[in-house]
Amino acid sequence: MNPNTSTRSATVTGSVPARPSALERLRRVDVGTALAWLVVLVAVAWALAPGLFTSADPVAGVAADALRPPDAEYPFGTDATGRDVFARVVYGSVHSLSGALIAVTVGLVAGTLIGAVAGTVGGLVEDVLMRVVDVLLAVPSLLLSLSVVIVLGFGTAQIAFAVGVAGVAAFARLARSEVVRVRATDYVEAAYAGGGRFLTVLWRHVLPNSLTAVAALAALQFGTAILAISTLGFLGYGAPPPTPEWGLMIAEGRDYVATSWWLTTLPGLVVVAVVLSANRISASIARRGRA
Amino acid sequence: MTRNRSDVSDPDGTTPVLEVEDLTVAYTSRHVETPVLHGVSLTVHPGEVVAVVGESGSGKSTTAQAVIGLLPDNGRVTGGRIRLNGTDITSWSDRRMESVRGRRVGLVPQDPGTSLNPVKRIGDAIAEVMRIHRWADERRIRARVLELLERVGIPDPERRARQYPHELSGGMRQRVLIAAAIALRPELIIADEATSALDVTVQRTVLDLIDELRTEDGTSVLFITHDLAVASDRADRVVVLEGGRVREAGDTATVLSTPGHAYTRRLVADAPALNGAGHRTAERTAALLAERADLPPAIAVTDLVQEFGTRRDRFRAVDGVSFTVTPGTTHAIVGESGSGKTTTARAVMGFRRPTSGEVSVGGTEIGPLRGRGLRDLRRRLQMVYQNPYGSLDPRRTVGSIVAEPLVNYRIGDRAERARTVAEFLERVALPTHLSDRRPRELSGGQRQRVAIARALVLRPEVVVLDEPVSALDVTVQAQILDLLERLQEDLGLTYLFISHDLAVVRRLSHTLSVMRGGRVVESGVTEKVFADPRHEYTRGLIEAIPGRREPALPARP
Repeated sequence: MNPNTSTRSATVTGSVPARPSALERLRRVDVGTALAWLVVLVAVAWALAPGLFTSADPVAGVAADALRPPDAEYPFGTDATGRDVFARVVYGSVHSLSGALIAVTVGLVAGTLIGAVAGTVGGLVEDVLMRVVDVLLAVPSLLLSLSVVIVLGFGTAQIAFAVGVAGVAAFARLARSEVVRVRATDYVEAAYAGGGRFLTVLWRHVLPNSLTAVAALAALQFGTAILAISTLGFLGYGAPPPTPEWGLMIAEGRDYVATSWWLTTLPGLVVVAVVLSANRISASIARRGRA
Repeated sequence: MTRNRSDVSDPDGTTPVLEVEDLTVAYTSRHVETPVLHGVSLTVHPGEVVAVVGESGSGKSTTAQAVIGLLPDNGRVTGGRIRLNGTDITSWSDRRMESVRGRRVGLVPQDPGTSLNPVKRIGDAIAEVMRIHRWADERRIRARVLELLERVGIPDPERRARQYPHELSGGMRQRVLIAAAIALRPELIIADEATSALDVTVQRTVLDLIDELRTEDGTSVLFITHDLAVASDRADRVVVLEGGRVREAGDTATVLSTPGHAYTRRLVADAPALNGAGHRTAERTAALLAERADLPPAIAVTDLVQEFGTRRDRFRAVDGVSFTVTPGTTHAIVGESGSGKTTTARAVMGFRRPTSGEVSVGGTEIGPLRGRGLRDLRRRLQMVYQNPYGSLDPRRTVGSIVAEPLVNYRIGDRAERARTVAEFLERVALPTHLSDRRPRELSGGQRQRVAIARALVLRPEVVVLDEPVSALDVTVQAQILDLLERLQEDLGLTYLFISHDLAVVRRLSHTLSVMRGGRVVESGVTEKVFADPRHEYTRGLIEAIPGRREPALPARP
């Protein structure tokens, strides 16, 4: 009856557990995670093709429409110079997202490298590397980022790099502990017993099995980085006005908080939504890694 | 509710302690309800020991959990009746069940390692159940704790009561759990795989203790076990479960000697402890060894010493071990936990450089080998691990796992390797289409077959088997043992077989060394050692194998 049955029984015999069908797999995706992916995808689409989502100009305002509350024409309202806040949020996503991407990449690459080397080489190298990481962990991350920005100068790329440096320690710690855990497993020993060389085993077994947790942390850090970049933008270390950067927009809206709530609240909610979605995705990656 | 002790002497015609009637239980996961028990019925009379026997997934633990109302959150009794001394407790709330647990039904859990709260003293762990049920004042509880510790055979109870679980051995901890289970003199003790994690000699003393409690206090016992041998030694009646259904139930002696159901027959046939030597008789082994006496040994270990720890704090795990293994035979190293058997195996594999002594495999001395030499040797020397759930990389497919050693040694091209992998999958009786599956999609037995195929694909001479069947169910165990035996004949393999399970050792090995505390206390042809153990320790080990007693007859006047 079911067209599936015949093809399935041909491949599955005996007590072999059947593979979940496409439909079953679809049912296993929970709504929250699907929603989180949707939010992130929309934000990415804004960054890639902002023109598709708004026809307004993010920089030039219409003076007559200044400080209008949200309505059908301006879904997020307008600011003091009559610029469309929604358009600014859409055009601003590219700054926040690319910044977060840079930050996570810096943390991921440098941190994982340090952690993996420490975990595999061990001994004195491990001690030295991990003590440096401990020092990084001991400094509050905002302070660390600020120090780096002051050295590098202001700008979106600079604050992104600074946020990334603050994330190195977390990645290094996690990568090291995962590598140490995987190296102690029977299948790694079995790989050596099967004639594997050190680097082959590392590449084939240790790294792939260590990286699930690291990927989950990367997704988590993506959210945190957006928040940190917005914080630095809010403090004025990022792109100069009139760049529509999320943190900067919220900072500019501060002066009107009493009269025009939408200037801070709506961009703020967008930041919250993206950060929460990143956390949710991170949790789902970590869950899958455990299963 | 008081209990009529006079019931004990006359079990017939009185109310059974436990009556499970047509019990059905279902688990809900992802909104789908899956029935796991399909109408299980069993009865335990006062003073009786009933064993529920089955493999993993048979529903034996679910039955026990349902009886004491401790099903997992997604489990639900969907039908049937559970009666305790005639009272129907099926629909009792969790609150009401609390008055039953500990007071009327005691539970001895499976794993003594995790069943005691590590930050609670032993005395408090036992006192807890009495405090919960407000049994008496503190002074009497404390006196009762000491009495109980003494009762379960723990020496120096005053000191032990003040200690923490980590200061006690596994066997001691299991005794503590029993003490807690019997503290309020329950009518029924449920022992859920209570001795499965213990060494065989410890297992025996713990089982003896449960027996004793039964005969002296008239407590009924419901044994949940996968070990048919334990059931045959200790139970008056057995209930065989398979797939949530009772396959057979009745008098232990009758069921095991003339099993009525095909499944029971298979279980009995597959239980190594109930079947002696198989076909490795002393004569055949002697002939085999004589025939190959001129060949150089496949493995030769001389005065192996392995120490751990720092210079100041040294621990000798292996202390002067020597043995040789004739090519094409199986040598077993038997011992309980901490005897140094696994350390010896790892030295043979070259995973750890010995402190002193020599290990040579196929005439090559391992000690001085490093990187390259060791790698060359490993083409001839392979290993199968105890836990098939941990020895296969979860991210790789079966095909690539088996092919890996070939890739490492650059043997053949892609097509040739695929053929070799297919050949070896067939040798270990795995369908070829499994080769693109990942380990998680396979059962435990299938995984162990994959591990065996990986070990054999290089066509080694020597294979070290580290407890290769102890993580598997008994019927799967029998299949793997058959497979190993057949492969040895087909490929002329030499096995070094590490095991704590003497029954399995007897089945598979030609010769053996018995280890204790890092030393070999006895060695020789397996069947001869079994027939006439010289060392006291070996004798103890052999006597402790369950299933060697005549099936227990009901102890009734």
